[in-house]
Amino acid sequence: MSDTHAQTVAYVRETMLPEQAPPSTAAGPIKWMRDNLFSSVLNTVLTLLSVYFLWVVLTLVLPWVWYGSWTASSLKECREAVAGLGLAHGAACWSVIGERYLQLIYGFYPDELYWRANLAFILMLVALAPVLYPNLARKILWFSALYPFVAFWLLWGGTLWTPVVAVAGFVFAYLAFEILNRTAGSLVAVIAAILAPVVWWLLLAGPVSNGLASVMPLAIEPVESAKFGGFMLSIIIGVTGIAMSLPLGILLALGRQSDLMIVKAICVGFIEFIRGVPLITLLFVASTLLNYFLPPGTTFDIILRVIIMVTLFASAYMAEVVRGGLAALPTGQYEAADALGLDYWKATRLITMPQALKISIPGIVSTFIGLFKDTTLVSIIGLLDPIGLTTNIRADSNWNGIVWELYGFIALIFFIFCFSMSRYSMYLERKLKTGH
Amino acid sequence: MSQIATDREIDRSKMAVSDEVAIQINKMNKWYGAFHVLRDIDMTVQRGERIVIAGPSGSGKSTLIRCINRLEEHQKGDIIVDGIELTSDLKNIDKIRREVGMCFQHFNLFPHLTILENCTLAPMWVRKTPKKEAEEIAMHFLEKVKIPEQADKYPGQLSGGQQQRVAIARSLCMKPRIMLFDEPTSALDPEMIKEVLDTMVELAEEGMTMLCVTHEMGFAKQVANRVIFMDAGQIVEQNEPEEFFNNPKSERTKLFLSQILGH
Repeated sequence: MSDTHAQTVAYVRETMLPEQAPPSTAAGPIKWMRDNLFSSVLNTVLTLLSVYFLWVVLTLVLPWVWYGSWTASSLKECREAVAGLGLAHGAACWSVIGERYLQLIYGFYPDELYWRANLAFILMLVALAPVLYPNLARKILWFSALYPFVAFWLLWGGTLWTPVVAVAGFVFAYLAFEILNRTAGSLVAVIAAILAPVVWWLLLAGPVSNGLASVMPLAIEPVESAKFGGFMLSIIIGVTGIAMSLPLGILLALGRQSDLMIVKAICVGFIEFIRGVPLITLLFVASTLLNYFLPPGTTFDIILRVIIMVTLFASAYMAEVVRGGLAALPTGQYEAADALGLDYWKATRLITMPQALKISIPGIVSTFIGLFKDTTLVSIIGLLDPIGLTTNIRADSNWNGIVWELYGFIALIFFIFCFSMSRYSMYLERKLKTGH
Repeated sequence: MSQIATDREIDRSKMAVSDEVAIQINKMNKWYGAFHVLRDIDMTVQRGERIVIAGPSGSGKSTLIRCINRLEEHQKGDIIVDGIELTSDLKNIDKIRREVGMCFQHFNLFPHLTILENCTLAPMWVRKTPKKEAEEIAMHFLEKVKIPEQADKYPGQLSGGQQQRVAIARSLCMKPRIMLFDEPTSALDPEMIKEVLDTMVELAEEGMTMLCVTHEMGFAKQVANRVIFMDAGQIVEQNEPEEFFNNPKSERTKLFLSQILGH
């Protein structure tokens, strides 16, 4: 095309230009540093300041961590050993972790039964796997559904009939719904599906379970809730709260958007009330006030009460996160689902909720992480989660006055859990991306 | 504004209008708050009719066809679709929606599902068609709209024209007896308008009852058997396309046509 005449305006391209690779000068570590660290005078100054800051912090912290004592049997002994090193800020006494790590993990759970807690933890990973990674065998989902009952039995012990009659309640609910849905219509079926298990659990489950146990005990050694503690307790409360707050939050979000005035009012009232009250208050209600409202003589396990409160608290936040996702969907999605003849529940389950949840993943996982960290608040009502145990450990005259090592260790474990959740959510977001 | 929808000969052999009534609308009124958007709409659609509804924006033409499958609720008058009256009875609404397909200006494909899943979802969940059969039906219609090779992609990976053709296929998978088109080509580049119009022409040739809100006057001339002109929430004029375009009666229609065809 070099012979185009400059004086003519008309122009016709005869050959299309081929695609070319980008120039190779724009690559390499030096280029990266120039772009990211030293792109201007201000950025250069900021980079140098950051390096200096990191240097100061790390030279203080790393020797303290690295030269820490792992052998001393008391804080006093440790301080003396560390003083010999001649470090300006001393060093850590890690031996407290070496001595007490089992307690920090299991609380006062009987040590000959640790295997039950370990087994419950491993089975939890198995139960979680198909939920977290949908590519795995879908059949394991059956185990995931049964896992809560298995875990309950393993952790608290007692007769196997307790979890079995609890599962039976769900079976009755299902049967009641299936039978009545065909004969008496869906509304009757739903009501029956709610009433049947409630009646069963409240009135019949106890005697039936006792009766069966007296015929055939099938019992393992029971462990009372007061012995639960450490990270085991945090994980029990955290994972149960997470698993229950998501479905509850979804229902609340749908309720808040509902056209049914009473449903909507109840959901809005619940969400606003729970969000307006500090979690600590709810935990105090769980630990003390709740007993006043229950019939005298009912024993209602403290861990169960705490789980309920934590779940309710998280579900109110979850509801708002999910509502945000629902509101972000274009109305066209709702209209297209309607126009195809999908009813409300099918449209919600197949079209709107999957998309809303996908949009809300960062918010949902933030709520999960918040919930998991909030489990440490149960130390205030006397449960022995890791933070509660630090007080306990300091009460030992050998370790009186130890602070940083314990909190540092607990922080590290929490960080591992929370960081895993955060990475998983990023993986999920990448996986569910279906645009360009 | 393209003046023709398709270059090829249109086969009018199957485009016969039967006496059977598909949609009957009597004295239908609708308000948005205090705004009277549809006023005394009377309309009968026979099976096999291809009706183009034209009019300036805000004239209520989209609202009219959205009332037919109850995406909008009318407040007065009756709408009877396929012999079923539209009331607030959810069962009737679902019954009608199963028989009435709809295509939207912005396609409204489900972005989290593949093209194939978009097409099989409603047959499987609403009509309870087994998955394998639903997939066969879906592939049949995807071939019909000439994009079977995109079946495993997601809507976000397709061009606008392809997405609209998928949307048409998705509706057809429900085997509807009536199709509603709400400005199906308004969000498309000129190059893609033709591919969508071709698909619609083919559909008309097979005798589908169609109601199209569109500005494609070429499509109206070639395919429609009746053009309805709306303004200010009322039907101002309706006629066969020949008469409508060559010999409009109302001043408002003349003005509209001069503006839309004048350039």
